[in-house]
Amino acid sequence: MVIRLVVIVIGMFGFGFALVPLYDVFCDITGINGKTNASAAVYTAPEVDESRQITVEFLTRTHTGMPWEFRANTKRIKVHPGELTTVDFYVRNPMRKNFVAQAIPSVSPGEAALFLNKTECFCFNQQPLDGGGEATMPMSFYVDPQIPDDISYFTVQYTLFDVTARADELPNADNPYLNRAGRSD
Amino acid sequence: MTKATDLPSHGADVTADHENHHDEHEHHIPKGVMRWILTTNHKDIGTLYLWFSFIMFLTGGAMAMVIRAELFQPGLQIVEPDFFNQMTTVHGLIMVFGAVMPAFVGLANWLVPMMIGAPDMALPRMNNWSFWILPFAFTILLASLFTEGGGPNFGWTFYAPLSTTYSNDSTALFVFSVHIMGISSIMGAINVIVTIFNMRAPGMTWMKMPLFVWTWLITAFLLIAVMPVLAGAVTMVLTDKFFGTSFFDAAGGGDPVMFQHIFWFFGHPEVYIMILPAFGIISHIVPTFARKPLFGYASMVYATASIALLSFVVWAHHMFTTGMPVYMEMFFMFATMLISVPTGVKVFNWVATMWRGSMTFEVPMLFALAFIVLFTIGGLSGLMLAITPVDFQYHDTYFVVAHFHYVLVTGAIFSIMAAVYYWLPKWTGKMFNVGLAKAHFWCSLISVNVLFFPMHFVGLAGMPRRIPDYSLQFADYNQWISIGGFAFGLSQLIFLVVVIQACRKQGEPVSDRVWEGANGLEWEIPSPAPYHTFETPPVVK
Ligand code: HEM
Ligand SMILES: [Cu+2]
Repeated sequence: MVIRLVVIVIGMFGFGFALVPLYDVFCDITGINGKTNASAAVYTAPEVDESRQITVEFLTRTHTGMPWEFRANTKRIKVHPGELTTVDFYVRNPMRKNFVAQAIPSVSPGEAALFLNKTECFCFNQQPLDGGGEATMPMSFYVDPQIPDDISYFTVQYTLFDVTARADELPNADNPYLNRAGRSD
Repeated sequence: MTKATDLPSHGADVTADHENHHDEHEHHIPKGVMRWILTTNHKDIGTLYLWFSFIMFLTGGAMAMVIRAELFQPGLQIVEPDFFNQMTTVHGLIMVFGAVMPAFVGLANWLVPMMIGAPDMALPRMNNWSFWILPFAFTILLASLFTEGGGPNFGWTFYAPLSTTYSNDSTALFVFSVHIMGISSIMGAINVIVTIFNMRAPGMTWMKMPLFVWTWLITAFLLIAVMPVLAGAVTMVLTDKFFGTSFFDAAGGGDPVMFQHIFWFFGHPEVYIMILPAFGIISHIVPTFARKPLFGYASMVYATASIALLSFVVWAHHMFTTGMPVYMEMFFMFATMLISVPTGVKVFNWVATMWRGSMTFEVPMLFALAFIVLFTIGGLSGLMLAITPVDFQYHDTYFVVAHFHYVLVTGAIFSIMAAVYYWLPKWTGKMFNVGLAKAHFWCSLISVNVLFFPMHFVGLAGMPRRIPDYSLQFADYNQWISIGGFAFGLSQLIFLVVVIQACRKQGEPVSDRVWEGANGLEWEIPSPAPYHTFETPPVVK
């Protein structure tokens, strides 16, 4: 009896941790927390649905304590489902210090996240930027034509976090987006 | 299966070496402190738990006085906002884990063996451990208030990132002490379950078990199911804060909202852990003083079990404002409302028990009646909060504070006081000072309502919780609330006096049955209850 009860206790302790992947899986399937795909989707060139237009709005913010300037060059865009579109975001590091940033997207309403496919995104990787540097970061996406009819408008918000302290690697040169000539101008 | 060595033998065994056993014990009770440190006797351990809980109740109460003193007037006058936050946090933690839960464990220790005709708890040595680690847990928690940067200030719910990114280093102490509290309650719960499964007297079938035993059995299962989840949550907070994981940090791929899901998966069953044993207590007291058997015994058992099961699927009613999709809000709204059905069944049964009974109003009954009325008020405000669209307005206001203080103070704590007054004469053999006890009841009853009822109004008007300052229009009500608070705090000193007098064995001797209408095995043994009871199991007809 005691042993069985102890097994339950250990099992429930494990269950507490199992909630973490369960939560991710659940949210992946239902899209309810507005998270988007974390690595590049392949553009399958689906048939473009010319009959519908979806408005996608882009919001940007920096997390508390993150000094970068961060804005969407395209604030709002109308796209046909299935059509591949690229929008640009601008960042500038106003400090002397080198920073590494990570952008985290969040889609609202959450359900739309399931139909937003990003083929390229600065949020897939950590983004280093030297002191004084600036960069234009592209994001390419298409909206899945399966998107329900009642969604005609959704918002993608990016929050930029300072992850310098625990960056995977320090600023490196092989980052394709970033103009590292911060000091050249 | 249980190791035979840890289990005071049962049945035939007991009768065999009953004589020597008895003598041995009588001669070996160490004197002084060592008696209490080494004790494995369920009554001693019950007493330790109850005293510990009382001390914590007064400590947490003192913190509430600091909070109410600061809120007596708008503006900041007495304490720093950060210290105010530490007070609300530690007040909550102490009351939940230090006062209410240990009090119920103490009552279980005293009463469960006596009610099922067992000589002791099944695992007496573990019982000793599960009590004695508690003082360490709370010493650590209280000591953290004196560390540089202060103690925990993120609320008893320790939401990430408040407890991770924005907390101070004493969070490690907080995590450690919550771990110890959790281990203690898990050990206590295992003990209760094993005792009830293995040590019932012959003839004590499941459906003859007293309701306090039933409700505690179900509570114990809730405890072993959710305390480990709490342990997991604090562990994740610890590693997020100190070891670079990002369970709850969006920048590292985690999710702060997930913290709330994990916490409330523990948290909602936890609130039922704090009320189910209370339901059991009331189900003993009401029949005694109405002199009628409990109405609907079986429905009480099923209602308790269904509350326990449902409590696992309602947690997100604490999170309506986090931005869930509509269908989930609907699900959690209806599931929450469903819980009030079995709760209503219980209230109905208590009232039906009193219907046409020959009622008398001794002190335990007064507390039980106050419980029924005031707990129901708390349940009703709970129902209001369960309505998703209204909760958007009420969430994080004093309305929520009013709700949970009605269910916890006039619910759980009143039931504990009722239980103490009800069984104390059995424990000490003397009737407590009835005049003082009545004074305690009336002072508490009036002040508790002055304290918590106006919180509904300021809450509906939008006063946020956990803020040391407020806007001027709330000033009058807050003065009333604070006055009620001080009065309620002082009233508990009367309780302290009554209990100390009782422990000093002052008062009239009582009969074995104590209360005219009392029924159950614990009333068959002498008063005061001897150190060892039911070494030969009684036979239950
Ligand atoms: C009819 C039964 C009940 C219902 C429908 C109910 C509903 C709710 C809801 C919806 C909330 C969230 C309010 C918000 O934060 O916006 C809440 C909070 C709370 N309830 Fe209940 N409740 C019930 C019974 C109880 C009982 C029996 C207890 C404890 C003995 C309890 C303790 C609490 C606590 C402690 C909180 C606040 C937690 C916090 O945020 O610090 N409730 N309740
Ligand atoms: Cu709840």
